[in-house]
Amino acid sequence: MSAAEGAVGAPTAAMRKAQTPFARIVSDFVANPVAVFGLALLVVIVLAAIFAPLISPQNPYDLAQIDVMDSKLPPGSKAATGGTFWLGTDDQGRDMLSAIFYGLRISLAVGTIATALALVIGLAAGLVAAYVGGRVESLIMRVVDIQLSFPAILIALILIAVLGQGTGKVIAALITVQWAYYARTVRSAALVEKRKEYMEAARCLALPPSHIVFRHLLPNCLPPMIVVATVQVAAAIALEATLSFLGLGLPITEPSLGLLIANGYQYLLSGKYWISFFPGIALLLTIVSINLVADQLRDVLNPRLQR
Amino acid sequence: MLVYVIRRSLQSVVVLLVMSVLVFVGVYAVGNPIDILINPQADQQDRERAIAALGLDKSLPEQYLSFLSGALHGDLGKSFVHATSALGLILERMPATLELAFAAMLIAVVFGIPLGLWAGLKPNGIAGRSIMAGSILGFSLPTFWVGLMLIMVFAVMLGWLPSNGRGDTVDVLGVPLSFLTVDGLRHLALPATNLALFNVALLIRLTRAGAHEALLQDYVKFARAKGLTNRRVIGVHVLRNILIPIVTVVGLQFGALIAFAIVTESVFAWPGMGKLLIDSLNLLDRPVIVAYLLVIVTFFIVINLVVDVLYSALDPRVRLTDAQG
Repeated sequence: MSAAEGAVGAPTAAMRKAQTPFARIVSDFVANPVAVFGLALLVVIVLAAIFAPLISPQNPYDLAQIDVMDSKLPPGSKAATGGTFWLGTDDQGRDMLSAIFYGLRISLAVGTIATALALVIGLAAGLVAAYVGGRVESLIMRVVDIQLSFPAILIALILIAVLGQGTGKVIAALITVQWAYYARTVRSAALVEKRKEYMEAARCLALPPSHIVFRHLLPNCLPPMIVVATVQVAAAIALEATLSFLGLGLPITEPSLGLLIANGYQYLLSGKYWISFFPGIALLLTIVSINLVADQLRDVLNPRLQR
Repeated sequence: MLVYVIRRSLQSVVVLLVMSVLVFVGVYAVGNPIDILINPQADQQDRERAIAALGLDKSLPEQYLSFLSGALHGDLGKSFVHATSALGLILERMPATLELAFAAMLIAVVFGIPLGLWAGLKPNGIAGRSIMAGSILGFSLPTFWVGLMLIMVFAVMLGWLPSNGRGDTVDVLGVPLSFLTVDGLRHLALPATNLALFNVALLIRLTRAGAHEALLQDYVKFARAKGLTNRRVIGVHVLRNILIPIVTVVGLQFGALIAFAIVTESVFAWPGMGKLLIDSLNLLDRPVIVAYLLVIVTFFIVINLVVDVLYSALDPRVRLTDAQG
């Protein structure tokens, strides 16, 4: 799988035992240059999103700063007011680079908020199912099974059709799409952990159930969740972009990357590629970097691949 | 087995009913189609007549019941916009979507399985690594953006292939099909490639993981110890064992392809069911939205059931008679 696997042979196995798990994870992660590149890229993207107002050449949504005379200029054009549009301008005369930084903010925020909330709901549902068992478990897992038998885009579209459009509703749709993955993953991890001795010891000590679940069971179920959550952030960002592209996502007042791409779609056929192309590249780099990190995390956190 | 199928079918009916209530009530709550459909200059009398004609004057439960009884007779209501049967509209658009999905699945199988096998057999080679890196890209690229890029490169810059529509079709048993004409194939090429991309990546990963695992198994070692040729070990012993999950996924993914076709059809203006849904969502054409969602949910339930049953037929280790299913 990774370079780490090939390099780590039998002689180092004894050495590795002395490491803390965290140090082992870090050293395994760093062993794959592609994953490190992905992480570095992700850090740059997140920083760009956070500091968008500081690093953008202009505020693309301040009407005083944009000039319709600058509309649809190709990349590298000079602005009427001086300065250069490195990635061109859109039909309103907005600097694409600035619009992308601001769009990244919205895309990342929506994706992470939805994932965090879905993670909490999914963890709670999965842990309850595994710990309580019985009817509660079969009810929760039946709902999970049924939901996971439909593709995410369909669930999201049904929800958008039912709830209507808007930022809150898109987040609600993304949460609904995701929670089932977490519930299923954490339940299967918890079922394995539940049978281990430390759980029995905790029960013998007559610890309160909430303490057992949150202090003993939950931390041991987290590694697979980290991988699933990382992948799901990328999936959520892509899904939000897709919904926005279809005109069913975020409102025009909160232009995410998907909306920027949709905006440039009509100009694509006349050869003005940059309005759609560059926001797409930003979206792509975001998703790829997250997936590269997730891919390596999966290998690093999977005990079956530790030789 | 029979008990299992009956149990699953009953469960499917419940899911379908719950979905129909949810979708009907939910879609009902979105906007007011009257504002869009009736001329704003119309007087009160005309408005009321139109509302009564569309059945919008009744209470919500009444509307649902009349919808449900209609649905059981195969009538899912009339489109507000097209003034024809909603189900008819969907059935009319269905061949285009199915054609696109089949073409995409064909591309995915033809490219995905051999590439995955290659990557699985030579995991540390340059080709294997590039294939895997490419598959990450296939997962990561949002479908709609790849579609735009395909249009940009092949339709706008190179001018080789058309960017929208279905092209010439030939009627086979009354069903218009694109892939029988050269023009139709040219129109099909870009959207089918676009839709296939995710599944190519998925099949690569699945085949590779399966091959990777199978190569370490005792039966493969035994086959090699017997002195069988590499070809036979891979082609018969490995491939046959990894085909089980692949068949399952191909089956399940077919439904996903129809759902994802919504995006591809919107990008390429392919006149299928998915484009109809998006248009209907924008025009608040409620009967069509409800009918589409019910048709596609039914589709999924049937596909899932068939795949489960097939799975047990392929893999004797799976016992469907198990009460938990």
